[in-house]
Amino acid sequence: MCAFILEMRGITKQFPGVKALDNVNLKVREGEIHALCGENGAGKSTLMKVLSGVYPYGTYDGEILFKGEVCKFKDIKQSEQLGIVIIHQELALIPYLSIAENIFLGNERAKKGVINWNETFAQTKELLQKVGLDESPHTLVGQLGVGKQQLVEIAKALSKEVKLLILDEPTAALNEDDSENLLNLLLEFKKQGLSAIIISHKLNEIAKVADSITILRDGKTIETLDMKRDEVTEDRIIRGMVGRDLTNRYPTRTPKIGEVIFEVKNWTVHHPVYPERKVIDNVHLSIRRGEIVGIAGLMGAGRTELAMSIFGRSYGKKISGEIWKNGAKIDVSDVSKAIANGIAYVTEDRKGNGLILMEDIRKNITLSRLGKISNHFVVDENKEIIESERFRNQFKIKTPSVFQKAEALSGGNQQKVVLSKWIFAEPDILILDEPTRGIDVGAKYEIYTIIHQLANAGKGILMISSELPEILGMCDRIYVMSEGRITGEVVREEATQEKLMRLMTKTAIREGV
Amino acid sequence: MEAPMQKTVHQLSKRSTKDERLTFKQMIKSNMRSYSMVIALVLIMLLFQLLTGGILLRPLNITNLILQNSYILVLAVGMMLVIITGHIDLSVGSVAAFVGALAGILMVQHHVPVWMTVLICLVLGALIGAWQGFWVAYVKIPAFIVTLAGMLLFRGLTMVILEGQSIAPFPKTFQNISSGFLPDLFNGGSLHLFTLVVGLAISVLFIALEWRKRNSQKKYGFAVSPAPVFGIKMAVIVAVIMIFSYILATYEGIPTILVILAALIIAYSFVANRTVVGRHIYAIGGNEKAAQLSGIKTKRVTFWVFVNMGVLAALSGLIFAARLNAATPKAGNLFELDAIAACFIGGASAYGGVGTIGGAIIGGLVMGVMNNGMSLLGLGIDWQQAIKGLVLLAAVAFDIYNKNKAA
Repeated sequence: MCAFILEMRGITKQFPGVKALDNVNLKVREGEIHALCGENGAGKSTLMKVLSGVYPYGTYDGEILFKGEVCKFKDIKQSEQLGIVIIHQELALIPYLSIAENIFLGNERAKKGVINWNETFAQTKELLQKVGLDESPHTLVGQLGVGKQQLVEIAKALSKEVKLLILDEPTAALNEDDSENLLNLLLEFKKQGLSAIIISHKLNEIAKVADSITILRDGKTIETLDMKRDEVTEDRIIRGMVGRDLTNRYPTRTPKIGEVIFEVKNWTVHHPVYPERKVIDNVHLSIRRGEIVGIAGLMGAGRTELAMSIFGRSYGKKISGEIWKNGAKIDVSDVSKAIANGIAYVTEDRKGNGLILMEDIRKNITLSRLGKISNHFVVDENKEIIESERFRNQFKIKTPSVFQKAEALSGGNQQKVVLSKWIFAEPDILILDEPTRGIDVGAKYEIYTIIHQLANAGKGILMISSELPEILGMCDRIYVMSEGRITGEVVREEATQEKLMRLMTKTAIREGV
Repeated sequence: MEAPMQKTVHQLSKRSTKDERLTFKQMIKSNMRSYSMVIALVLIMLLFQLLTGGILLRPLNITNLILQNSYILVLAVGMMLVIITGHIDLSVGSVAAFVGALAGILMVQHHVPVWMTVLICLVLGALIGAWQGFWVAYVKIPAFIVTLAGMLLFRGLTMVILEGQSIAPFPKTFQNISSGFLPDLFNGGSLHLFTLVVGLAISVLFIALEWRKRNSQKKYGFAVSPAPVFGIKMAVIVAVIMIFSYILATYEGIPTILVILAALIIAYSFVANRTVVGRHIYAIGGNEKAAQLSGIKTKRVTFWVFVNMGVLAALSGLIFAARLNAATPKAGNLFELDAIAACFIGGASAYGGVGTIGGAIIGGLVMGVMNNGMSLLGLGIDWQQAIKGLVLLAAVAFDIYNKNKAA
């Protein structure tokens, strides 16, 4: 019996121009949950890609020992055969196929190419029971929420007789309940002897489930901590990740709040596909100059839908209500009018809705207001370079030049590009939807600083976040949403996690309506 | 004290030359993709020049090459924009035929003046483009289906209005669109002097523009290519322009159609690279949702890209009819595939967001030179088709291989 199920020794992975991994060591004990922490770009995902064979043997230096045996994976199939299964941050399920079909995709229960559906469904049922998902195997994956989809992914991993499960940011898209559920499931599997590696930015989750932690920074192993033996606190982990003490995770600021500049009145939005369903129900809110206003709520509470419907009716049907700015009603009936009226919406989905990944940084930054650097519809590229270089320097976007394609950047730097893009448009109101999702602690701090600068410059900020500490740490005033309605308004001094959570879970039924 | 100082200075100068070399290497690398197709074109030309025993680059043949491929190049320019937005247009061949047929009916049967016919035809092209753009942009029917329907519809309508017959001949002024030459204002005898003067003027203008661009970049403090590189680049381009104009001058001079083509290429390259609407077109192809959330009117832009395609398809139909000196029901057959192939050979991405007007032209010329070269060699149309198919596949495979290597 070997104490370590996995040993990665001296892994070095070179990309053209960058050393992504530099002599990294990782040892995972049999039957433990091992957390892998590090800032974005620290090399966590690269390391896992080396492990799973996405980067085949020969493209990196160093060796991998699984159960004491040297492994030379040529592709993912080979690592999966040994029971190393990775669940990626972006789920790889096919929405138009059923749960059962997804689980056994590429691993079909078949004889001579003919699928045995009875066996498929029977086994799926067993797997779903194991992960505690109460759905029919026939249900299409597209009809499930993200939380349940995550469970399907885990069931899929189990179907491959997984020995070492790797989860890349498993709870990034989940709400508190689903996250809790998932973590408990992991602990349950651990009791049954499954080893796991979990990559997460959420330090409280790591503290809850992990037995040991390996911290990476700039492609190097910094340290491995044992949760039982070492005195491990969140601050301790953060120090390892960023290489410095972040005594305060949120920059300090003295708010200079002025008059009301932005108001939403009687805002009601219906579902784009099922118009009889109200997604946003009679919402009122206001933002004052220099104020950071938060919107808290669980997933599905309608926060993004509210933001996008305000921003040029980008979401929903049968929208009614009024938007006021500086005491006058404004027209936001399409996106260009919203932008012209000084509203900006920084999307939660920077890759899908925010960036044009194949274009370079400068073109992304100037896209929403090309007029500013154009003369009679002709773009002045020299001006464009100057402007985008200014953002690159100001926000410390880590890239050799603004001619770099957006897809080549790490998550935190991509987020800075999206922010630059909207700051370039010179709005008065910025709606920030999950501005720090999936980015590391260091970059988060920088983003918070940028948000503060914007507020201090007299702009009104509406900030949506699923992380309550972030809402509490950043916002002057917080609206809480539940089921498309605003269930409460809390000022900073009175806000606590418990209070917000109570309002977030306040449903119509409990009110007895 | 002095020695270490010198050392640092020495080190500094050493580093700067290294940097310069690095940028030069980077420059070649980054330009590799855009130049690789040009290099391929030159190689193909040289190959056929050898195989045909020097016929390919003869003045008569060069002129022929331009005349033969003009209508495909016109289509390729419009098609490139369609493909950049992430769509496709299968109907352009049929639209060209339909417009050619209408031109025939108007001019030959109803004696409408040439200029009015051309105008009516271009407007008709715009209307057809608007029809298809409406379905694609506003109703969101995939362009493949809308234009497949258009391909059948307009081919059918062509046969209906021509009643299965060809219409000929066209007035001389109309034929001149694709078979006329610019007159020699200087009476150079056997050598068309005017052509050389135009070539010289273009060279001077080109150098002046590049010089201005370089200076403005310097003024902003951007890195520019080192002076010798710049000089060599200018010399090569000027040499190409002058040799080309000399070749034309020894035959009949500058074909009218070349002027039209040049104007289109310059105008559309400018629109694609330098204007706001050009940016919007690339943005839509790159990520339509992000474009929409950036305030771009994605539907409107897509609609106008199709209107533009319609106009260029009409122009192409006119040029083809003028060259053939007849309007026939079979005109424009498979033009759409040649135009699409030109775009993909020229570096467009099937997923949208990538491609250049220059690329479309290069791609079109690769196809054109191969057609011409293989015909000169006496290769049958059967083998030509097969070989062209392989070239298309090879070009795109090479492109994808390059991209994967870069990633």
